[in-house]
Amino acid sequence: MTEPIANQTIQAVAIGASAGAVDALLQVLSSLPKDYPLPLLIVVHLSPESESPLASLLADRCTIAVKEAEDKEPIRPGTAYLAPPNYHLLVEPELCLSLSNEEPVLFSRPSIDVMFESAADAYGDALAGVVLTGGNADGAQGLQKIENAGGLALVQHPASAAYPEMPRAALAACPTARTLHLAELGTFLKEELPQLNRR
Amino acid sequence: MRTKASETESIEIRLLVEAIFQRYHYDFRSYSMASLKRRLNQALLHFHCESLSHLQDRVLHDATMLPQLLGYLTVQVSEMFRDPLFFKALREQVIPHLRTYPSLKVWIAGCSAGEELYSLAILFREEGLDARTIFYATDINPDALQKAEAGVYALDRLPQFTTNHQLSGGKSSLSDYYTAAYGNAIFDKSLRRQAVFSDHSLVSDAVFAEVHLVCCRNVLIYFERTLQDRAVGLFQDSLVRKGFLGLGSKESLHFSAHHRAFTEFVREQRIYQKCG
Repeated sequence: MTEPIANQTIQAVAIGASAGAVDALLQVLSSLPKDYPLPLLIVVHLSPESESPLASLLADRCTIAVKEAEDKEPIRPGTAYLAPPNYHLLVEPELCLSLSNEEPVLFSRPSIDVMFESAADAYGDALAGVVLTGGNADGAQGLQKIENAGGLALVQHPASAAYPEMPRAALAACPTARTLHLAELGTFLKEELPQLNRR
Repeated sequence: MRTKASETESIEIRLLVEAIFQRYHYDFRSYSMASLKRRLNQALLHFHCESLSHLQDRVLHDATMLPQLLGYLTVQVSEMFRDPLFFKALREQVIPHLRTYPSLKVWIAGCSAGEELYSLAILFREEGLDARTIFYATDINPDALQKAEAGVYALDRLPQFTTNHQLSGGKSSLSDYYTAAYGNAIFDKSLRRQAVFSDHSLVSDAVFAEVHLVCCRNVLIYFERTLQDRAVGLFQDSLVRKGFLGLGSKESLHFSAHHRAFTEFVREQRIYQKCG
């Protein structure tokens, strides 16, 4: 299904997290430098109130830029975009972000699956998907779509997850996904992923 | 690099919306692709079609499929007094300005099943402005317009509507405005006495009235940037000087070609004022 591309490098990282997300994201994102060459697209399950402190909390403690995603915003490297509460986050083929208030998927809006799937469509095999801690199965199907499009599937090792259900569900859907402990994940994203040659 | 499957699907989507445009004159060609794709995939399941090309074949030859397909192409998720703080800001900060006009016109663009219209009609009644206001409720989906005109909502949605209404600073009880029967809440028809329901497309139609307030919430997010610009241009042309524009809680004029024509009136609630 996937076109073989020589020296294909990863162009974006899609991350999904639910229960336990704040600590996990802090640990991963704070290890990335300001000039990190990739954009990060992040869905966290949040309460549906229209304002969330998460973006500013992360921005305060990370050197990369962290912001809530805006509709039709162009995707830039070195920036982490968080889905706003109560909206799905999607990636358009021309690599800008879209919001949607369509129905929740698996009781979630934003849904990790929805973002992963649209990101897989837009980036194809140039995408890495990461499923972190969480107490449900969101993200599993989306990670499979990323894998099917030739992208790289990464899962937080369930043993290092505050809530292992979501990583476990992701591994059940993508048994060959690479598992990393939380402590390794930041280093991997920082040092290996941008240079990764997956020929 | 995108996969061949996803490239093929993009081609199919573009051909399908082109077919719908040429055959039925509904124009979805500038809708945001990612969300359109999701909704069309749901339509595939509903119509038992194997591919979008198959769906295109069927809808071209069978006009009776169109109304249901429109239900998938347009997003109709709403609730009354959605984002209560938006309505609170309207009530506390916009209404005092509107009160100074002897007659008022309000345009609810993309009114869907009418939740926003009834919310505004109730708010304007509570503020004593309903008798001098005309509400234009427009949408491209005839089914949605019919629902809006009927003003009937499933009773199990009412607890949410009621909470929202209270949080918006409601000065009456929402139950004053509806009758419950057979699992539905039927809203008082006096609320729509001043309402005009009309088919209007932000893609292809022109300005039809001079208005004081435009509410167009969670509609623009389904449009590509060029179409967003066209829609906001219509609002700009339609509004009186110093008129107001209300957008969805995560929409803004930040990336709009027309952002200089407006000022942020209540920034956090996405209420804009047209420059004088």
